[in-house]
Amino acid sequence: MSETVLEVENLTVDIPIASGMLHPVRGISFSVQKGETLCIVGESGCGKSLTSLAMMGLLPKTAQRRTDKLLFRGEEIGDLPERQMSKLRGGAMSMIFQEPMTSLNPAYTIGDQLMEAFRRHVTRDRAVARDRAVYLLEKVGISSAASRLSQYPHQLSGGLRQRVMIAMALMCEPELIIADEPTTALDVTIQAQILHLLAELQDEFDMGLILITHDLGVVARIADKVQVMYAGRTVEEGPVNAIFEEPAHPYTQGLLRCIPVPGKTKRGERLGSVPGIVPNLVGDLEGCMFRNRCPHATAECDTAGEQLAKLSSGDHAHACIRSLADRAAIDASSTKAAE
Amino acid sequence: MKDAEIIAPALETDNVSCVFNVSQGFMKGTKPLRAINGVSLQVPKGEVVGLVGESGCGKSTLANVLLGLQAPTTGDVRYSGTSAAGFSRKDVARRIQPIFQDPYSSLNPTKTIRSIVSQPLRIHNVGDPSEWDAKVDEMLDIVGLPSRSANNYPSQMSGGQRQRVAIARALIMRPEIVICDEPTSALDVSVQSQILNLLQDLKDELGLTYLLISHNLAVVEHLADRVAVMYLGRIVEEGPADKVFANPRHPYTKALLESVLTPDPKLGVPETHLGAVFPNPIDPPSGCSFHPRCVACMDICKSKAPRPISSEGHMAECHLMEGDAQ
Repeated sequence: MSETVLEVENLTVDIPIASGMLHPVRGISFSVQKGETLCIVGESGCGKSLTSLAMMGLLPKTAQRRTDKLLFRGEEIGDLPERQMSKLRGGAMSMIFQEPMTSLNPAYTIGDQLMEAFRRHVTRDRAVARDRAVYLLEKVGISSAASRLSQYPHQLSGGLRQRVMIAMALMCEPELIIADEPTTALDVTIQAQILHLLAELQDEFDMGLILITHDLGVVARIADKVQVMYAGRTVEEGPVNAIFEEPAHPYTQGLLRCIPVPGKTKRGERLGSVPGIVPNLVGDLEGCMFRNRCPHATAECDTAGEQLAKLSSGDHAHACIRSLADRAAIDASSTKAAE
Repeated sequence: MKDAEIIAPALETDNVSCVFNVSQGFMKGTKPLRAINGVSLQVPKGEVVGLVGESGCGKSTLANVLLGLQAPTTGDVRYSGTSAAGFSRKDVARRIQPIFQDPYSSLNPTKTIRSIVSQPLRIHNVGDPSEWDAKVDEMLDIVGLPSRSANNYPSQMSGGQRQRVAIARALIMRPEIVICDEPTSALDVSVQSQILNLLQDLKDELGLTYLLISHNLAVVEHLADRVAVMYLGRIVEEGPADKVFANPRHPYTKALLESVLTPDPKLGVPETHLGAVFPNPIDPPSGCSFHPRCVACMDICKSKAPRPISSEGHMAECHLMEGDAQ
């Protein structure tokens, strides 16, 4: 892994609303190399979808985006005017959305929709665009591809529509694909196939892939790097093995205890949970945002910063002011005090 | 209580089929669609039966039939041994209640929580109206909501809280059976586990019987005592959960289990070899309806439908089983 496709430093998104300023994304940094898969994990409302829209320059008009750095192939794209941004979008960087039912236009054939971006970015030649569309539909495992071009989205099943979305994202040989919950609406069998396909295509075309999801099963199977988001901040980041084997932040630990794992959790055994709800991100915020749900929180957390601190093993970092050993010591002393 | 009621399963379907006549277009007439095709399922009292399958396999139609919302074309549904044929909608609703997938659309946004939860009491005119408020408060307490939330509207609550309201509404009539149709798939991971824990606790406390419909096999394995796997309107495998998960007999069940993504970074994305195309239920494949997608397809599968073969309370419908049964 060599070339950095995308580098984001200190991305913030602010949205003015009636009750003040909403801070859905509060300083996120990450980078993706060629051929690498970065998974952004988090629950609804943690800002993961807005992060992806911010990278593509697709935020709602009222939202304000600020970044220290937003480099695509080494070039700053943070201040590009809309005209130039739209040359990149759908071309060198493309996006796969969650709902194939709503993101395909029902009034156009899938052939038209597949070829639109290609004819705009690469060549006006219809025949070339058509060949490319057929080639990619076959690539994503759609049978009798040529005849599918004249079909409308409603004639396809959910799994096929998602494949069309993937083919569409690949039309202009992008260097970066951002996939926002690409398999959430699908059956488990189709989900496995779509992920398999994405991983295969990524290998073949050496693309960077940013996958946004809340499904930890998906993350474990496909990610190289993981970024756990909570309340608009990164609370933990690192290589996938480190995140799943030695989760460091209390939020990551809580999430991993929530899911039943066949073979590991006993039937009928109580699952762990992360009680409480996501805090309101309006106005001035101070301290660790996770403190009201954290089992280890103390008075210090009210003022603690949320900077990422590196753990011993290289790339693995978390945003809790205490180390694992510290937290264990605090918990032990508080149970002693309770006794 | 009569002896027969104790022994009979809480819920039972006997060879239930449900056929819809689907229009083929203007002036083209109709074709029959067998949404459910001869399903016999038993849900023993106090147990959790998981029902799994892909979308379009007939899970929800079966749920509607069990809830009395859809009359079966043939076959019989029995509640604790009593046939539902003579039951009115109200009789059925007293025994069996649903919890739906999406708590955002299953609660009326213009009604308060108190009004939503007490509605079954009003419809069935249960007990003294002056006690209804107390009953609602008690039910909210059981599902873990503060009683002050009774005056809120659904829009003021989070997804997990709404699902708790839906559970309170389902349980206020103290039904024997609850049908949970994807109860957690619309919720966040941390909320999912809370609802699953709640369902488990309520089952133990109130002695409920669940039919758990889900495509998340990890959830089914966690809660269910028995599992039924549905494919194109038929139950292709049924048995005790530990046996089905440890030793699946039908190739479809195997494929389903392989596609479960457990959070283990050492494993890659599985290749199920299933193909994406779910067959058209109006024009089902000949023989075994799973044969076009089956990795172990033999010649006989294309012409002859397999018969159900059971051993040790574990049933599967597959020609591969014929050899073992002899």
